[in-house]
Amino acid sequence: MADDVLRLTMHQAAGLLRGGKVSSVELTQATFERMRAVNEQVNAFITESEEEALAQAARADQMIADGEENPLTGIPAAIKDAIVTKGVRTTAGSRILEPFVPVYDANVITLLKETGFVMVGKTNMDEFAMGSSGENSAYGPTHNPWALDRVPGGSSAGSAAAVASGMAYWALGSDTGGSVRQPGALSGVVGLKPTYGRVSRYGLIAFGSSLDQIGALTRSVRDAATVLQAIAGHDQRDSTSVPIEVPDYNATIGDGVKGLRVGVPREYFVEGMDSDVREAVEKAIAQLEGLGAEIDTDVSLPSTAHALSVYYIIAPSEASANLARYDGVKYGFSYDEGGSMWADMEGTRQYGFGEEVKRRIMIGTYALSTGYYDAYYVKAQKVRTLIRREFDAAFEKHDVLVAPVTPTAAFKIGEKTDDPLQMYLNDVLTIPVSIAGLPGISVPCGFTTADDGARLPIGLQVIAKPFDEATMFRVAHAYEQSTTWHEEFPPL
Amino acid sequence: MSLTPDEVRHIALLARLGVSDEDVERFSGQLSSILDYFEELKQVDTDGVPPTAYALDLHNVLRADETAPCTSHADILANAPAQENGYFRVRAVLEE
Repeated sequence: MADDVLRLTMHQAAGLLRGGKVSSVELTQATFERMRAVNEQVNAFITESEEEALAQAARADQMIADGEENPLTGIPAAIKDAIVTKGVRTTAGSRILEPFVPVYDANVITLLKETGFVMVGKTNMDEFAMGSSGENSAYGPTHNPWALDRVPGGSSAGSAAAVASGMAYWALGSDTGGSVRQPGALSGVVGLKPTYGRVSRYGLIAFGSSLDQIGALTRSVRDAATVLQAIAGHDQRDSTSVPIEVPDYNATIGDGVKGLRVGVPREYFVEGMDSDVREAVEKAIAQLEGLGAEIDTDVSLPSTAHALSVYYIIAPSEASANLARYDGVKYGFSYDEGGSMWADMEGTRQYGFGEEVKRRIMIGTYALSTGYYDAYYVKAQKVRTLIRREFDAAFEKHDVLVAPVTPTAAFKIGEKTDDPLQMYLNDVLTIPVSIAGLPGISVPCGFTTADDGARLPIGLQVIAKPFDEATMFRVAHAYEQSTTWHEEFPPL
Repeated sequence: MSLTPDEVRHIALLARLGVSDEDVERFSGQLSSILDYFEELKQVDTDGVPPTAYALDLHNVLRADETAPCTSHADILANAPAQENGYFRVRAVLEE
């Protein structure tokens, strides 16, 4: 089958399936052929599940024959390896979970199985979602399909790279401080982070519980809205999933931006930002204005500058508590040569966790320890309040905010691994949204040419009020449909 | 803010994280510079500002107290690195 079929959006492919032009089994086989051809270079998958995928595809073809399909039915998709899948190994990118085969499905997987989706595999990621480049995986770095010597962004690195390179029509990721939006931007695909509480976290391997949210990487805004429609909603097993109605996103996605009030926070055009990124985002904003949006560039979110510190105190603090469960007793890797219970446990964690995870456990443990708790953790929580209040004030006068996703395009593999602080700065424009629990989406908005000639994607971030993904989709979709950036594919 | 090697070892002990001498040296440098970066938060006036633990206004979420099926004993043990007679096997907690 021609590779062209693998470049379609989910909705386009669903149209072919519905029209009987192609079967889900054929799409799935073609996807695995593509994986065999390019995954060795990209390393987007930790575990491939071909046998299960073909069985799901056969069932999907039956659903379609019976007229019981929806846009997700029979479409090959990839799942970030932070989301547990019954019977399919789930590692979270960590050696400590190398042998772990979950005995239950995450809530999102249960919901997706009802749609008849096809899961082709589990995607590579920064270990426990701690990273912005995909380099912190125990299973090797993921490579950016646009330039193989560069990072695809992270932590949902494999999910973004798989969607960009035709190894999945869409993928689930998870976003704690930008881990879906940032790889979306650097890999040239749409990256959606829903409002905190919109999607159940049941079965998402915990990193920072007050921040983690499952999201989607797709080839169109409409596809992202369709995935959210399928996975959103209250779940009793996650007490932070909110029992409110999920609107019909498809019903309003085409309503356009005429009269919508779009704010541009000036703090997001940071010092050191790449001039091509700035220009691409400014052009995108002018484009929205041309489509009828009311642009207000006089917006200030003064606490933005403190978001990075707040995040790198709160997320590691929560991680240090969440990762206490990896003790080598209940599941996963277990070191047994320590000679005592404590030495075994310390060895399990020493040899099971990678460098960045250890660093964050150390930061978090320190920030929560006696004598420092108020100075770090409580202080960060108070500044978190200020950040949220500033967003709330901005949303009194604006329907959405737009900004860049990252200060630069994709950087080279290995370029920032020696300096953790430099690496953390990648997330400076995605973190505030996570801290405030807001929905955000990254949409392709242009390209830059690097010094070495590489052509690299740039992303536009659209941010909305809590639980107002509908308006966010309207803006992102209107912009996307008035451009052709999303139709471009990497040369791979 | 500079973390001494002894402080790094103490934090590692609290986290039950085995560390080599090399780790201690690297972490004391890296953690010190990260903690230095956090110092900028001190300039933010947070007098009278309440802390936010998470962004939702939900409290005391309860569900009906009804019995329902739960994960089976076999499933719970399915990933155990070591088990014996239907229990997780661990080394003696209290040493002689």
